Amino acid sequence: MLRDEDRIFKNLYNDIGSDLNSAKKRGDWSNTKELCDKGREWIISEIKSSELRGRGGAGFPTGLKWSFAPKEVGSRPHYLVINADESEPGTCKDRDILRFEPHKLIEGCLISSYAVNAHKCYIYIRGEYFNEGQKLQKAIDEAYKSNFLGKDACGTGWDLDIYIHYGAGAYICGEETALLESLEGKKGQPRLKPPFPALIGLYGCPTIINNVETIAVVPSILRRGAKWFASLGKPKNTGTKIYCISGNVNSPCNVEEEMGIPLKDLIETHAGGVIGGWENLKAVIPGGSSMPLLPKRICDTIKMDFDSLIAEKSGLGTAGIVVINNDQDIIKCMARIARFYKHESCGQCTPCREGSGWMWRMLERMAIGEASRDEVNMLMDVTKQIEGHTICAFGEGSAWPVQGLLRHFKKEVEKRNNFNPLINTKKKIPYLIDQHLLEKKNA
Amino acid sequence: MLKLKVNNKDIEIEEGLTVLQACEKAGVEIPRFCYHEKLSIAGNCRMCLVEIEKSPKPVASCAMPAAEGMNIKTNTNFVEKSRKGVMEFLLANHPLDCPVCDQGGECDLQDQSLFYGVDKSRYKENKRAVPEKNMGPLIKTQMTRCIHCTRCIRFATEIAGVPELGAIGRGEDMQITTYLEKSMVSELSANVVDLCPVGALTSKPYVFEARPWELKKTESIDVMDAIGSNIRVDTYGWEVKRILPRINEDINEEWISDKTRHACDGLLNQRLDTPFIKYNKKFDKASWKEVNNIIKGKVQETSSDKICGLTGDLTNMETLFIFKEFFNKCLNSKNLESRNDHVYINPEKRENYLFNSNINGIEESDFIFIIGSNPRYEATILNARIRKAYLNNKTKIVSLNNVGDLTYPYDFLKGKTEDIKEIIEDKHPLSNIIKESKKPLIMLGQSVLASNSGKYIFESIKYFLKKNGKINNEWNSLNIISENASTVGSLDLGIFQTNDGSNEVLSNLENHKYELVFLLGRDNLGFKKKNEFIIYQGSHGDKGAEIADIILPGSAYTEQDGYFTNLEGKLQKAYKASYPPGDAKEDWKIINDLAEVINNKKLFKNKEELESSLLNNLNLMCEKNISKESTDLKDLIFKNEEIKINNIDYYYSNSIARASKTMFKCRNEKVKLEATGTED
Amino acid sequence: MSIKKICKEQPERFEFDVKNLEKAKKIITNYPEGKQQSAVMALLYLAQSQNENWIPLAAMKYIGKFLNIPYIKVYEVATFYTMYNLLPVGKNFIQVCTTTPCMIRGAQKIVDACKEKISNNENELSENKNCSWVEVECLGACVNGPMMQINNDYFEDLDKEKTLKILDQILKGGSPKPGSYRGRVNSEPENNRKTLLDTRNA
Ligand SMILES: Cc1cc2nc3c(=O)[nH]c(=O)nc-3n(C[C@H](O)[C@H](O)[C@H](O)COP(=O)(O)O)c2cc1C
Ligand code: SF4
Ligand code: FES
Repeated sequence: MLRDEDRIFKNLYNDIGSDLNSAKKRGDWSNTKELCDKGREWIISEIKSSELRGRGGAGFPTGLKWSFAPKEVGSRPHYLVINADESEPGTCKDRDILRFEPHKLIEGCLISSYAVNAHKCYIYIRGEYFNEGQKLQKAIDEAYKSNFLGKDACGTGWDLDIYIHYGAGAYICGEETALLESLEGKKGQPRLKPPFPALIGLYGCPTIINNVETIAVVPSILRRGAKWFASLGKPKNTGTKIYCISGNVNSPCNVEEEMGIPLKDLIETHAGGVIGGWENLKAVIPGGSSMPLLPKRICDTIKMDFDSLIAEKSGLGTAGIVVINNDQDIIKCMARIARFYKHESCGQCTPCREGSGWMWRMLERMAIGEASRDEVNMLMDVTKQIEGHTICAFGEGSAWPVQGLLRHFKKEVEKRNNFNPLINTKKKIPYLIDQHLLEKKNA
Repeated sequence: MLKLKVNNKDIEIEEGLTVLQACEKAGVEIPRFCYHEKLSIAGNCRMCLVEIEKSPKPVASCAMPAAEGMNIKTNTNFVEKSRKGVMEFLLANHPLDCPVCDQGGECDLQDQSLFYGVDKSRYKENKRAVPEKNMGPLIKTQMTRCIHCTRCIRFATEIAGVPELGAIGRGEDMQITTYLEKSMVSELSANVVDLCPVGALTSKPYVFEARPWELKKTESIDVMDAIGSNIRVDTYGWEVKRILPRINEDINEEWISDKTRHACDGLLNQRLDTPFIKYNKKFDKASWKEVNNIIKGKVQETSSDKICGLTGDLTNMETLFIFKEFFNKCLNSKNLESRNDHVYINPEKRENYLFNSNINGIEESDFIFIIGSNPRYEATILNARIRKAYLNNKTKIVSLNNVGDLTYPYDFLKGKTEDIKEIIEDKHPLSNIIKESKKPLIMLGQSVLASNSGKYIFESIKYFLKKNGKINNEWNSLNIISENASTVGSLDLGIFQTNDGSNEVLSNLENHKYELVFLLGRDNLGFKKKNEFIIYQGSHGDKGAEIADIILPGSAYTEQDGYFTNLEGKLQKAYKASYPPGDAKEDWKIINDLAEVINNKKLFKNKEELESSLLNNLNLMCEKNISKESTDLKDLIFKNEEIKINNIDYYYSNSIARASKTMFKCRNEKVKLEATGTED
Repeated sequence: MSIKKICKEQPERFEFDVKNLEKAKKIITNYPEGKQQSAVMALLYLAQSQNENWIPLAAMKYIGKFLNIPYIKVYEVATFYTMYNLLPVGKNFIQVCTTTPCMIRGAQKIVDACKEKISNNENELSENKNCSWVEVECLGACVNGPMMQINNDYFEDLDKEKTLKILDQILKGGSPKPGSYRGRVNSEPENNRKTLLDTRNA
């Protein structure tokens, strides 16, 4: 278990208050100016050597991303945009940062803005987090009052303004380019890439987009040193991470732990174990709903970091862990996730728009045993036809959970849906009648 | 230049192209739905997927910039599988109602599904049904067929400049609509029908009229305005069923105006199909022989200076030419005029009445000054080009008057002749802007040329431009916007009478100095008849026929071959796609036959002779054109006045449009929208 | 997400009141000059809060004009995002998360409670007209599921009984306390806290 002194988010549960004074007591804002005085190059190289990877789902190396921003400001201003759209089912870590550790985020914004030459920073918060947004706004106001923001913010010589922009209920706006569209006052439909936002982003200007948690850990990394951060976890999967453990556990919770902690430890130590005991475990979604689930067999030993999970054809994602025990109907669980994706598809590109609804409808039928035998393989085909064919990663996000289900629980699905697709079955379910067989006289 | 490979073939292409364009250069066709050359890239249909070496996922070629050393593959299993997958999704919720779809036979989806369709649909869920939308009198919707390519939205927003279409909702329930289902307020709206790759947006007036393969297709030229848009006329039997654009990058690109496209149902309405004679204020049917003999009698009893001829707005040049020959040789009269109002002309040089910068030149211009014109209604296609120039180059645009929404932003002056005076006297901020501009484009419209100050403004502006070197071999910044198809051709053929630019024949006519008046397709004439004997030759029972004593039934532009010269001075030929109704004849023939009755001799043996004579004549006229220039600024009289812009009844601007039911509906719709106010 | 229905009975006019007009002007200054379209989402919120929790067509036009953007663009935004109500909803607008993490912890029971207390169907006003409820996708409080949101507040760690009680209070015009209904502190592991014990006890 991670030692308390290695935890970055000491106020994760709001034991000691989120206001500026309490934050200062935790060390926030203590030597911000000195950190910035060391220069952009130093900051970026420090973040690079800390091997910090984005906490928003894709796990892209943060230092590398920052280095894509043009070194000098040209005719167009630079922007830093914070992704606080947190809508991935199973994930609720950014919420706690917004409401209980807002100063970590704000300080992170200042340092990161400085590093990427941005004078304006927008924080895109999902509309439902209205109260969290208000709390953050209060903290921003405090920071302005203490001259930590605005002109010559915190004595760094850098001017920075932070604005909050509320979303209005659209998961897709968490995708970085959809988020930019939304910020520009449009529908949240992802943009084509290239061009990448680091060169052409918000209002056509160079823009760096990072997750709340990513930015909030930046000051601590710089303060305590990249070496310290990199000493936690394992190479390329360093540092600490806030895990959200929900579902069929005795004590669902958010907890900051080391990268690479075994899943079983996490569940048993912090979340009070699976309801009904470890043996009652059916499957775990390890990284938010987009990541393929893992059956108990893998959960026994899997470690929670980017690379270990990729090796099992899943992913760390947002580290939103959803524990599903044997009392649940796994097909229903996945059908509900498919419904989520059908509901949230932006509708822009064909495979996702048409495929997400198709998968959902098939899964709903499979959950009640109203799909024919051949449809199980067809469902897999449909996921493959979506995956990799869309503008943004939503396509993968919607296809992977279904693939996960079929990868690990195909037998179960097949057992429940095991009749011939012939019209002469006794079942009177209209869509079971294969129209094409109807055409053949002898079917 | 970039070097890359397409299907292992080395090619070299210029920089800035997409992978899709690179493939086209290599002769490899890429299926697509959302991509359209003239629109921004959406990359949403995902049909154009290709494989690029080293990229694990297939790539949408329409949106991917081609890069040095790429190895693009379009014929692999991987690609075919990807496209098949996309196709299956496109068809999943599509109603597959091809037999009852007007797009049938020219549907991209239908064509592509032959290549990539799986032979049976595996989609067994209920298909989505989408309610129809009202998009006005021209566009019929069947939104269940929509594949959400957003071409229509992009067209409306980008080309037409009326951001009224959008996609509401999201996901599989996304729907294309106008705001609260109002019709689209654009003179280019019907182009979305061509753009829609499926049968979601089809032509409302053309519903179930015919199948494409049953139609005869004739390439031709439009006459609804002076642009000379290139069109294709589709006929079924004798009937013109529809008019479509043809691509001409120099003129209309691939768009046509709604009037060009949809006035064609006026071709069979209100038609004059037999000669008429007026007795006791009533028209009686007559034979060609009868009417020709009456005319012969009239001609013989009238002294030639009491005869005049006025030509129309839609008349082709063969007819104009034979008419002139007829007047000169049979009637001994020179009283010919093509202008229907007191528009000023200076015929000394051809450049004085042309759009000299060319339509393409609009895109090169760095400053546009519109004087006395509303190009949106007078020259819709040209206006779209101005918008394109604005979008691409942020060209600065100024108009003398505030003429309302032109689909692009512009500054306007007070609309006074004083503004012009200040400009040419170097006292106006615009003076310098024009001088400093490399390729200024000054457009003069008919409204200003027809005003009292027409001469002053034209000559002084020309003087100013010349003085400042803006009229030279590379760039001629002087541009006239003609409104009608025949305008430039008539001027080229010298169908006018003038000493000082004024319209002498019209003045005389208005003072009732003529006894015998020959109206050749001349309808838009604000003339009150007294004792004149009027012969009208034309295709429609419109304003000209109303005041006639004798009516000679002629042909419309789709019923005879004929040359037209567009406002830039480009000579183009319209081709016969159908036949004149009843006893009506081709226009040139009517005159030729009449000449035979009067003079016992035809003017021309046949059409070929007429045509070659016309072309010879045109060459001569152009040579004559290298004449001196005479206007002196001192002769110009300045009058302080306000320039009023003619209120153009867009959907009713000529006899064919006025006979069209569709144009009538469009006009009503517009009146309705104006009454209810689209703005609130 | 099926397409949003538009209310048949629409007010003729809409205008920001003085307070919201101030706010709207202030919000526009958050964005660079000429990028006022960015404010459209925030302005739709203002309109919604001013108009009893739903947005009439007149407000969309008003905002279109206010920001100088075409109406259809406002309309697109208003129909794309789920949080804009284009039909009247209850003054107390209850959103129940039923996505998988909440579902497996019994979100259906919360839905049942809503059906029992408020109305049989989603988006239907309660008998006393001050409440309506709707099922929504993940609200981002998964470790505190099942949960629901009433206007801006999250009610967490619910079960059917507790939900019924909360709804009773709401229907009577009361304002129950938001947060966890199992008495735990925020997102800490209930009865199982092993971290940051010093700070807790500090
Ligand atoms: C469909 C979709 C939804 C996403 N939602 C979120 C989100 O809610 N929050 C987030 O931080 N990142 C989200 N992401 C990831 C972002 O696109 C982006 O990778 C991230 O914000 C980058 O920040 P990071 O590098 O700090 O992780 C989402 C991605 C996709 C494809
Ligand atoms: S209506 Fe036609 S053009 Fe418009 S989005 Fe649909 S398919 Fe495309
Ligand atoms: S043509 Fe490329 S995605 Fe549609």
